[in-house]
Amino acid sequence: MAAAAQRQTGWWLLILPAFLLMTAFYVAPILQVLTISFTEPQPGLQNYERLFTSESVQRVIWTTLRICTITTALALLLGYALAYRIALAEDRVRRWWILAVLVPLWISVLVRAFAWVTLLRRQGLVNQTLMETGIIAEPLQLVWNEFGIVVGMVHYMVPYAVLPMLASMREIDPRLLAAARGLGASRFTVFSRIFLPLSAPGLIAAGVLVFIFSLGFYITPAILGGGKTLMVAEWISLQILDLIRWGLGTMMATVLVVAILTTLAIFSRVVDLRRVFGSGA
Amino acid sequence: MSAAGHALALQGLSKRYGSFTAVDDVSLRIERGQFLTLLGPSGSGKTTILMCIAGFVAPTAGAVLLDNRDITALPPEKRDFGMVFQGYALFPHMSVAENVAFPLRVRRMGAAEREAKVRAALDLVQLERFADRRPSQLSGGQQQRVALARALVFDPALLLLDEPLSALDKKLRAELQDELKALHRRVGRTFVNVTHDQEEALSLSDRVAILNHGKLVQEGAPAALYEAPRTRFVADFLGKSNFLHGTVREAHPGAFAIAAGGTRLVQAVDRDAPRPALSMPVLLSLRPEKIALLAEEDTADNTVEGRIVTWSYLGAGFAISVATEDLGLLRVTLPSWGAPIAPAEGMPVRLGWSAAASVPVAEDAD
Ligand SMILES: Nc1ncnc2c1ncn2[C@@H]1O[C@H](COP(=O)(O)OP(=O)(O)OP(=O)(O)O)[C@@H](O)[C@H]1O
Ligand SMILES: [Mg+2]
Repeated sequence: MAAAAQRQTGWWLLILPAFLLMTAFYVAPILQVLTISFTEPQPGLQNYERLFTSESVQRVIWTTLRICTITTALALLLGYALAYRIALAEDRVRRWWILAVLVPLWISVLVRAFAWVTLLRRQGLVNQTLMETGIIAEPLQLVWNEFGIVVGMVHYMVPYAVLPMLASMREIDPRLLAAARGLGASRFTVFSRIFLPLSAPGLIAAGVLVFIFSLGFYITPAILGGGKTLMVAEWISLQILDLIRWGLGTMMATVLVVAILTTLAIFSRVVDLRRVFGSGA
Repeated sequence: MSAAGHALALQGLSKRYGSFTAVDDVSLRIERGQFLTLLGPSGSGKTTILMCIAGFVAPTAGAVLLDNRDITALPPEKRDFGMVFQGYALFPHMSVAENVAFPLRVRRMGAAEREAKVRAALDLVQLERFADRRPSQLSGGQQQRVALARALVFDPALLLLDEPLSALDKKLRAELQDELKALHRRVGRTFVNVTHDQEEALSLSDRVAILNHGKLVQEGAPAALYEAPRTRFVADFLGKSNFLHGTVREAHPGAFAIAAGGTRLVQAVDRDAPRPALSMPVLLSLRPEKIALLAEEDTADNTVEGRIVTWSYLGAGFAISVATEDLGLLRVTLPSWGAPIAPAEGMPVRLGWSAAASVPVAEDAD
């Protein structure tokens, strides 16, 4: 017993330097942010009061939740279709598919956001094509609004949705699908009663990952929203950098951190979180 | 579960993958209610044939007939065959009862009838108590029985089994072999079983079809295959065998004699069998258990002398290797109870067997 405990301590000592580094450069600043939200401009809970009284604060939160929910839903839908295609492909084809999914991850988020701007603006390729073919007379407002933000964010998020779902689809024994057909199930029934339930852990994991990731999005909404549609991260930077309202900004940052931790806490009861962050796959 | 099984026929079935022929012109008839086993070494095309029957693999040539109806093009879910996959393929997210109910659910059977059938099927394989467990909470043997119940619950026309017992340890395998045989008798269905375990094939089946390199080598009742193998491959694959090479010296009605080195061996054949040509080379297969150890005064149709090289004690018997001058190494098995000798290495022995004990077999083409 004592010997085992001693060995345990030995292992913990090994990660002590990393632990100290994390505390100094990561946990400490976060705690400081937390403190500021209670002390600026004067000590008290007045910053948090704004959550219930200020319409603009509430609007930012609702906008963020709405955009993140829509983004998550669309990214899951597209990602699921892609992952399904990849999971059932032959080995050689599968490698190319995976590469195609991963390549966007290596392109700067800034480049991708501006690429969408050029495509979606009034004189952009999309509007031009639609007008030339006579489908629309006036250019559509495709960017500098929520639509533009959702397009950019979904594009960014699809690979993050594909990877956990693909991992859980690859774990499904293909013989189960053949067995189900042999027992009389149509292709659709095989999908809905066998494949979908068995890939559900990956679906939930991908949903949690994409949603949490979306909550803190900054660059994509800032560029594609054109400053008109504000999400939480951009709003925080506005409060702190432009309006120098540290108390309000840090309050929202704290709310964001708490929201993410709460989501994780809830879903850790449903799915294996290691799967969400990749080590389980 | 009293409906009779169906008859199945394969006609000139072939399956090629590119230039590789996995199944080569196999024709086979399985009568209703029969238990047929496809037996062959790994890669001989057993699973491919079963998958053609089930409809998962489209044959390159040939046809699959069910009661004389061509079903070659029918998709698997329309065939109504029960199937037990290698590794069982139980649905891990469903309980035992839900697994068994699955084929009934996809056939949109009413809840009351479905429950009754599920209960009856679980009764059949003695798993009533486990209805609410997940497959992962069952032992290998129990999982295998769930797979059987699931394959039988919808009264399939045919039951296909792909190495149903291969994942089990030896003792459990023997137990489930008996159960499977009893089950076959109870439900009266046509069973097609795949295995590479020759003991399983012999003990379970009404008929055995032996495959090699995608070809059907020989087919028949287990005893007929064991006692009268037509080729060296069959004699060697089904049980153990000694092979004796020689050339024909005398031919009479009902027997011929060969010279194997300096030893004369007599071989009994059917009276009306064609007589072999003199000095033709022949190959005889001789089962180890048909060789006796002879005492000084004993006589036999064929006798040979040698020395024990190795021996092992197997509980029920001894397995002995005897080196002879003309016939090479001969494998002999003796029942240990009442064995005439206590074997020892280097011990000189005299072996004997009757003219009917061995059978002439053909060398394999490849
Ligand atoms: N999809 C495929 N593509 C190419 N070759 C295949 C394919 N499926 C099977 N084969 C080949 O066909 C041959 C027969 O395979 P099959 O699975 O029928 O063998 P088997 O007798 O069931 O063997 P085992 O006892 O190992 O299960 C093998 O050599 C295999 O490599
Ligand atoms: Mg096989």
